[in-house]
Amino acid sequence: MNPFAAIGRAVLTVLAHIGRLTQFAGRSIAAVFSPPVYGGLIGRQLMSIGYYSLPVVGLTALCIGAVLALQIYLGGNRYGAEAIVPQIVVLGITRELGPVIAGLMVAGRVGAAIAAEIGTMKVTEQIDALTTLATNPIKYLVVPRLVAAVIAMPVLTAIADIIGVYGGYLVATLNLGFTGSIYLKNTVDFATRQDIVSGLIKAAVFGFIVALMGCYNGFYSKGGAQGVGNATTNAVVSSSILILAADFVLTAILFHTS
Amino acid sequence: MTPKIELRGVKKRFGSKVVLDGVDLVIEPKTSLVIIGGSGTGKSVALKCILGILRPDEGTILVDGEDITHIGGAARDKVMRKFGMLFQGAALFDSLQVWENVAFGLIQGRGMKKKQARDIAVAKLAQVGLSADVAELYPVELSGGMQKRVGLARAIAADPDIIFFDEPTTGLDPIMADVINDLIVSTVRDVGATALSITHDMTSARKISDRIAMLYGGRIIWTGPTAEIDHSGNPYVDQFIHGRADGPIKMAVKA
Repeated sequence: MNPFAAIGRAVLTVLAHIGRLTQFAGRSIAAVFSPPVYGGLIGRQLMSIGYYSLPVVGLTALCIGAVLALQIYLGGNRYGAEAIVPQIVVLGITRELGPVIAGLMVAGRVGAAIAAEIGTMKVTEQIDALTTLATNPIKYLVVPRLVAAVIAMPVLTAIADIIGVYGGYLVATLNLGFTGSIYLKNTVDFATRQDIVSGLIKAAVFGFIVALMGCYNGFYSKGGAQGVGNATTNAVVSSSILILAADFVLTAILFHTS
Repeated sequence: MTPKIELRGVKKRFGSKVVLDGVDLVIEPKTSLVIIGGSGTGKSVALKCILGILRPDEGTILVDGEDITHIGGAARDKVMRKFGMLFQGAALFDSLQVWENVAFGLIQGRGMKKKQARDIAVAKLAQVGLSADVAELYPVELSGGMQKRVGLARAIAADPDIIFFDEPTTGLDPIMADVINDLIVSTVRDVGATALSITHDMTSARKISDRIAMLYGGRIIWTGPTAEIDHSGNPYVDQFIHGRADGPIKMAVKA
């Protein structure tokens, strides 16, 4: 096989994907701002994206907060800076780990479910059926998921922030000899509004990414069960990568470090 | 009289593969036309072009004399309200109950109140021979034949002008297939609709059609009244309706 042809084909495929995704995102965003609004569907998606993600997001946040406290203590110990634990924990959780962990967990749980559901609807012609029933599939399927994810993710992240800090607090007070009241005072004094708000802004973007990639991969899945399987995998992988890439870009923008 | 649906030189290709190569077709109001043709000859693509799910590369599609080839948005929604469609696999929404499926186009597409839409749904289910207690079930709880009936009820729920049938009898046993054929004939007559079906089941095609058109090589190679299909004088049509492996149509072994 001609290597140049192979490279060219790969480049064209990637470009076609980017073009189609951009078009899809544009149509979806335009649909958010035009009637009709399916309030009931948004509510149902808020439940499945937000509420039902609470256990998994809360549990991972608790573990991450605990591990973070332990690692900072051990690292800081090397030059007698172990007292910095509450400050670093709250900074790390609110700015980075809260939104990123919540984003990745929701990508695995919700992104996969969205892609599988919409993908199955696609291959069983249910999406075509929507069109024939004078219902815009983008408005009916994509918009509720996008809106719900963008609303639910900051809320989930705010909860993850609190639980994550609490995880650090537990380890610090039970294992590392910190006094609870001092730990909490240091945490509250140190955290700024920007630390928390920047994390919540990131979370909203991550929510958009997860819902968009889930819907996009579902919408363009083809070829039966295997196609739906591929769509599910692609949704999780692509949204996870995009979350991490967007995290870097957003950090650079929000903190003007570039 | 203005034809209900008219296709003029419709072409559609996917990559380098030409599927429709200039399809011309006229469907008169309140008649039932069946497009026959082998698997992969583009019957579904032609149907999806009319429905606006696919956009043809060239050519014109007219519904009631109005060019709908390139319309979108609200104008497209308005045309879609004339259509009802029975999908091959019924394509019922599995997250919704049977009656919600049937009433979907009334509630979402037309903004009807739930109570009223439900009454219509139950009436339409009765019309296809399903009792009111089926209305509460979910599609997965139904057999294939019942799903087809629900799909038919959904297609006729909004009293469409034009009903499309995609392989209505595929996957059904011969008796259930005949039941569905009878239902198609009676519902199309009761609703007073124009029907366009695609199938490769000749028994079904003969039963539900007034006219038959054969699609081969991306074009309509023969069209005529159902009664004349046995005397078409067209070797391609003869081979197809008698299901012979030998003849001018060579089955592509490689897709």
